[in-house]
Amino acid sequence: MSLLFSTRSSGVEVRRLTLGQKFFAFWINHVRQAMHSLGELWRTPMASMMTVAVLGLSLTLPVTLHVVVKNVQSINHSFDEAAEISLFLESNLSNREVKNFIKRLEIMPEVSSVSFIAKDDALQEFKDLSGFGEALHYLDSNPLPNVVLVTPSMKFRGPQAAKRLLHKLESTREVDIGKLDIEWLERLNAVVRLMEEIVYTVALLLLCAVVLIIGNTIRLSIMNKKEEIIVMKLVGATASFIQRPFLYTGMWFGLAGGMLSFIVVTMMLWWLESAIGHVAGIYGGQFTLTGLLFSEFLVLVGMAIGLGLLGSWVSVFRHIKEIEPDKI
Amino acid sequence: MIKFEQVSKTYAGGVKALDQVSFHLKAGEMAFLTGHSGAGKSTLLKLLSLMERPSVGRVLINNHNLNDIHKGQIPYLRRDIGMIFQNHCLLMDRTVFDNVALPLVIEGYSRREIDKRVNAALEKVGLMHKVRCYPTMLSGGEQQRIGIARAVVNMPPILLADEPTGNLDPELSKEIISIFEAFNRAGVCVLIATHDLGLIARMKYRTLTLKEGRMINDGLIHEEEMAFS
Repeated sequence: MSLLFSTRSSGVEVRRLTLGQKFFAFWINHVRQAMHSLGELWRTPMASMMTVAVLGLSLTLPVTLHVVVKNVQSINHSFDEAAEISLFLESNLSNREVKNFIKRLEIMPEVSSVSFIAKDDALQEFKDLSGFGEALHYLDSNPLPNVVLVTPSMKFRGPQAAKRLLHKLESTREVDIGKLDIEWLERLNAVVRLMEEIVYTVALLLLCAVVLIIGNTIRLSIMNKKEEIIVMKLVGATASFIQRPFLYTGMWFGLAGGMLSFIVVTMMLWWLESAIGHVAGIYGGQFTLTGLLFSEFLVLVGMAIGLGLLGSWVSVFRHIKEIEPDKI
Repeated sequence: MIKFEQVSKTYAGGVKALDQVSFHLKAGEMAFLTGHSGAGKSTLLKLLSLMERPSVGRVLINNHNLNDIHKGQIPYLRRDIGMIFQNHCLLMDRTVFDNVALPLVIEGYSRREIDKRVNAALEKVGLMHKVRCYPTMLSGGEQQRIGIARAVVNMPPILLADEPTGNLDPELSKEIISIFEAFNRAGVCVLIATHDLGLIARMKYRTLTLKEGRMINDGLIHEEEMAFS
């Protein structure tokens, strides 16, 4: 409705739309404006492509680092699974006591699986593999203890939790000593954590750069359209009407930058895969590089769009206010 | 319709652009606003479209005090006022149609309504056949008429024109003024700022004369009086 003239009606009222039609028209309007912004970018292909390339490369580095961290973590996790606790049992236990102890272990929530190596089996294996076979015949009794190998359940595989579990198991009557070699695990974890911190700090800086790049691009585009903005303000455009195309431009930049970085990272992984396979082969390891999942792709693109909107919003918020028709 | 009550405007730096100006323009009235450059004509128009705020006094449109209108409402106020500028302020990279349609697009009219109204507005200024042209392909007079079409396309009750004939020869000026007269006959309140005294004298409309920010004459100016000034 008109502000000054109660009998004058405005555009929306003339149309007398139902609520559903209004809702529909709202989205149609937004799509139209989004397409208009895309068309504007299309009309200056070189400039737009340069901006998208800068954004894409700025996003590529954090994404690459993320992939590296993810793969290192997966290596780390595969080592974690080797976190096994060996329990050497007291030698004076009867078979029944040993069986009971294993049963007790199996029902503990901290324990995922238990395997028992009887001392006779161990001796046999030792005879077969060590080459001392004949010499061992001279022993009167089996000097080896019964051994229980405990694999902790998922939650108790971290170094701290595994250590606590070890202490708990050691304190039982049946166990003579327990062993858990976790120092190297702790070191590896610490290194991985440090790497993660570095990666996320660098990523944060680069994401800030993306916001600034988009903000600056939008600022230039606002300056270029100064005349148009003044005219629009003169004929009664609200701030949000003027801002919307710029916000859409920021969104498109974000989307295109995100897609580009995804393509670059995917190509890079494809390129590196054979080289990494070669290295892993030399070390006799089986290692496959994990690329970006679909969900990660969505997060990447979503984040890029978010950053694009943020950058353009910062710029729009600051600069459109400054352009007022009274300056002409 | 338009009422100034003891309005003064002092710009930052102490320049007094308007000094206790009072007048009342009734609904459906057409008037000229004249004076030398720097007499305050533009400032007066800017106060009406809220490009500037008065330092002292009240400006009223349709009995609404413009001092009560806050920043967020200014766009809606401007939709009620058609404004025409000396440099016509057209968007050079858009067609005549898009230029004239701009106020309607902003207000959210439907495509069909926009077509209808833009055609009607262009017909009134006699430029229907230029609808697909770009402003750069038009002459100065035609560009000014496009500016007028844009100002009237959403049928505002008030038209403000700042030197609309400033760049035009007398023949074209007359044409432009006759377009304004046609709108005035349709009930639109028209206020035209101009320093083209010859034009005013021929027209015999009410004339507000400003001199160094003061209103020195409110009424008809005749050619004889003009000779002295």
